[in-house]
Amino acid sequence: MSRTGRMLGRRNWQQGGRGDLRLFERDGLLCSRTWLVVVIALALLPRISFAVDPAVLAAEAKRVGVASRLATSVVAIFSRGGRGGGSGVLISPDGYALTNFHVTRGAGTFMKCGLSDGQLYDAVIVGIDPTGDVALIKLLGRDDFPHATLGDSDALKVGDWTFAMGNPFLLATDFQPTVTYGIVSGLHRYQYPAGTILEYTDCIQIDTSINPGNSGGPLFSAGGKLMGINGRGSFEKRGRVNSGAGYAISINQIKLFMDHLRSGRVVDHATLGATVTTREDGAVVVDGILDESEAYRRGLREGDEIISFAGRSIRSVNQFKNILGIYPKGWKLRLVFRREQVRTETLLRLRALHRASELSGSPKPKPKPGGKPKPKPGGKKKPPARKRPPVAKPPEKYKHLYVKKQGFANYYFNQQEQKRVLSGMSRLGDFSGARGAWVLAGKTEAGDAYQLTVADVGVGLSWKQKAYYQELDKASEPLDEPKGSGGLLYAMHMWRSFLAKREKGFGEFFYLGSEPLDGVGARVDVMISELGNVRCRWYFDRKGGRLLGFDSQRVEETDECEVRFSGDIDSGGRHWPKTIRVSSAGVLLASFGVETVTLKAGAAR
Amino acid sequence: MTNRILTSSFCLLWICLWGSSIAQAQSIQATIRRVQQRTVKVFGAGGIRRLHAYSTGFVVSRQGHVATIWSHVLDTEELTVVLADGRKVRAKVLGAEPQLDLAVLELLEKDLELPAWDLEAEVTDAGPGTRVLGFSNMFRVATGDEMVSVLHGVVAAKAPLTTRRGAFESSYEGTAFIVDAVTNNPGAGGGVLTTRAGRLLGMIGKELRNAESNTWVNYAVPISELKQPIRQIIAGKYRARQRDPDETNVVARFRPLEFGIVLVPDVLFRTPAFIDAVQRGSAAARAGLQPDDLILFINGDLVQSCRVFKQSLGRIDSGGVLKLTVRRGDKLLPVELPVPDKPDEPDTPDKPEKPATAGDTK
Repeated sequence: MSRTGRMLGRRNWQQGGRGDLRLFERDGLLCSRTWLVVVIALALLPRISFAVDPAVLAAEAKRVGVASRLATSVVAIFSRGGRGGGSGVLISPDGYALTNFHVTRGAGTFMKCGLSDGQLYDAVIVGIDPTGDVALIKLLGRDDFPHATLGDSDALKVGDWTFAMGNPFLLATDFQPTVTYGIVSGLHRYQYPAGTILEYTDCIQIDTSINPGNSGGPLFSAGGKLMGINGRGSFEKRGRVNSGAGYAISINQIKLFMDHLRSGRVVDHATLGATVTTREDGAVVVDGILDESEAYRRGLREGDEIISFAGRSIRSVNQFKNILGIYPKGWKLRLVFRREQVRTETLLRLRALHRASELSGSPKPKPKPGGKPKPKPGGKKKPPARKRPPVAKPPEKYKHLYVKKQGFANYYFNQQEQKRVLSGMSRLGDFSGARGAWVLAGKTEAGDAYQLTVADVGVGLSWKQKAYYQELDKASEPLDEPKGSGGLLYAMHMWRSFLAKREKGFGEFFYLGSEPLDGVGARVDVMISELGNVRCRWYFDRKGGRLLGFDSQRVEETDECEVRFSGDIDSGGRHWPKTIRVSSAGVLLASFGVETVTLKAGAAR
Repeated sequence: MTNRILTSSFCLLWICLWGSSIAQAQSIQATIRRVQQRTVKVFGAGGIRRLHAYSTGFVVSRQGHVATIWSHVLDTEELTVVLADGRKVRAKVLGAEPQLDLAVLELLEKDLELPAWDLEAEVTDAGPGTRVLGFSNMFRVATGDEMVSVLHGVVAAKAPLTTRRGAFESSYEGTAFIVDAVTNNPGAGGGVLTTRAGRLLGMIGKELRNAESNTWVNYAVPISELKQPIRQIIAGKYRARQRDPDETNVVARFRPLEFGIVLVPDVLFRTPAFIDAVQRGSAAARAGLQPDDLILFINGDLVQSCRVFKQSLGRIDSGGVLKLTVRRGDKLLPVELPVPDKPDEPDTPDKPEKPATAGDTK
């Protein structure tokens, strides 16, 4: 019998039950008996309420209330083939839901999701984080889904009560989640990769019962806020059932990745390009560093002591790994290190932890969630490798919601985000017609006059009695001109391409997600463009969609040219920045004040 | 009217509860912190196969004495104790009472001034239904200066412990607290069981199965049984009852002869498990085993010596199949022997039902 069939059976039975009750009420004789029962019950009532502390009853009532409210946001996930599944939790009324990557991995691009209302919904994959074991999916067909509220997992304390909800052992054929209740056993735990790239950093350890099938389900605080996504447990000789140590990915980590996940990409975690170890005296020191890393360029060397990272002081290697593990690749973090009493503070952009092929290419590294002691089959034969379920056809109604592209979990969502972020650009005016040379002139804040010319054949800058030039024919390499700027002239070429041609000016162009501007500012939306070896990160204000600036990198592993725009001047119906601030490697080159903008027809020198 | 009274009194109750639950939450966190500060992580021998190289201990003197579980972890010169604040300190075994599964360590550093348990004033007793907390270094989850893990549960019983015979590790046979939480995990031995008010109840024991049901037992040895020996060991006055753990602890469920296997005489420290003879008509003969076969694996576990083979055989379950891998010449041969049911043994309960998605936590 199908699952739905069984559910229907259940409903009929319940209705039958209610019908009987009505009959019972109409029957006079039985009614009087009912009264008798009620009277006896009432007579007993005071004694019962004395027996149980009202505080206990009220706490119970509160717990029951919170649990039943939260249950509506819990998702039972099934692959479309009907085999296997897991749990998830809705986080927005338009259907975005979080789960584990290892749940969606075998499930394909479209899934079936059951909610506690007994309904099955179609869902589509949005973005995945294979390292952090997180996936974002979108339930379809409603814009008023019940959803959970994200909490602050850093506010949790050891001993706090928590609810775990989900579908352990895939028990719930009516999609009513199983609720377990327990305490936080430990915080900021680090779980080593279990033979795969999957790694749990800074996670929440709970004694709340987590079993197979709970994966991807929510961990709620006693107050009902979403604190994490349950995904792993320490199993050993007792088999793959709860043994008192479950782990949840903290919601604060997921918040850092949320926009990255919404981009429809396969997102990556980060490394510093340096490894650390604990010295005899307990200090955490660098014991290996890549010469080509930004950390090396900013002066970090072997033997240097790490004092703090991302604003948290470092006392152990695990703590360092914990901090590193919760940030997406490409974020800028503050690092403080010490060498012989000299303290250095610097902002570093994090490097990719994996090659793209490791994340999405081969299906070989099967993320097998398990505790630190790897789950052992206890002398049993290895279960035969599961066959991949036959790929079910996507539902006809929704098949446009999936677009396949290398490096993306679902490019459709990236297209949507691109549209959203770029919608603010039209307010700058129409640059598509501005095909001739652009001549910007004015003074820097130091009072030096400059003239910048950006044209198809080249970019020129005259400034402080010097002239700089970047040729732009096909054979010319992007230069670091002026020296130490990270390639300002080529960056200006990129800027002109972006304004005039948008994505058509580049080989690759996509929405990345969000990050704090320059590591310390407000969160901004980030678009990436690639042309040849030159990669730019474009920063947009999250509210108005204003272009705040961009970083242009001429060659991999070199310092970027950082261009920041501010102010607004209107010239010929187009909006130009009033100030163009240029720096590289944390050193300011100049702040160029724009006084006049001239557009010349045709190619110009 | 009644409704309104009810509603308003309910509201009042809510307000009272809200206040009290905050106060309670603060006190439980303070309790946990206080106990964690007196709990240490012990690192020693092991780390091969299923033998974990870590356990837990609790500080019983300000000068640096730690009570812990008596296990293979302590069988090394290189014993390290990680204090609650993350400091690593060398330690040595000061004394032990194997029958109580108890050992006392001395930390090899002066003037530690550690927060320690007062084994008189801070110890209490508890009956079934008492809500408890378990603290331990289970699964070695807490690394570096991280505090040990804490679990919550209820005392299910205070009863004589009848752990599985045939498991050579079970030596404690007194009364124990049995709890409903999964306190007895790898590395949890030597941790503490306390009330929610932070009063010390017992020392978390080993990973053992119940002799009656063959299920895992989560138990703690009452401190009342341990405090006298702990004090005496520290004072240097304790003399453990003599007994050879190899002789008395192994209550073998099966012996090689029951399968028709005669091993070579066990004369070396590690005598290779060569078959000396095979009894005619025995299970071993039917399985095709021959003299001079070298037994390499028993049920997938490496056999390093005759003694290990005998011990492993002593622990296998009744019924089912015994899987051996033997080397004959330069060939490896797998053989299977039926394991007879032992009438004097409790029935082996059904293996826990496989989860719907076995081997996968989806």
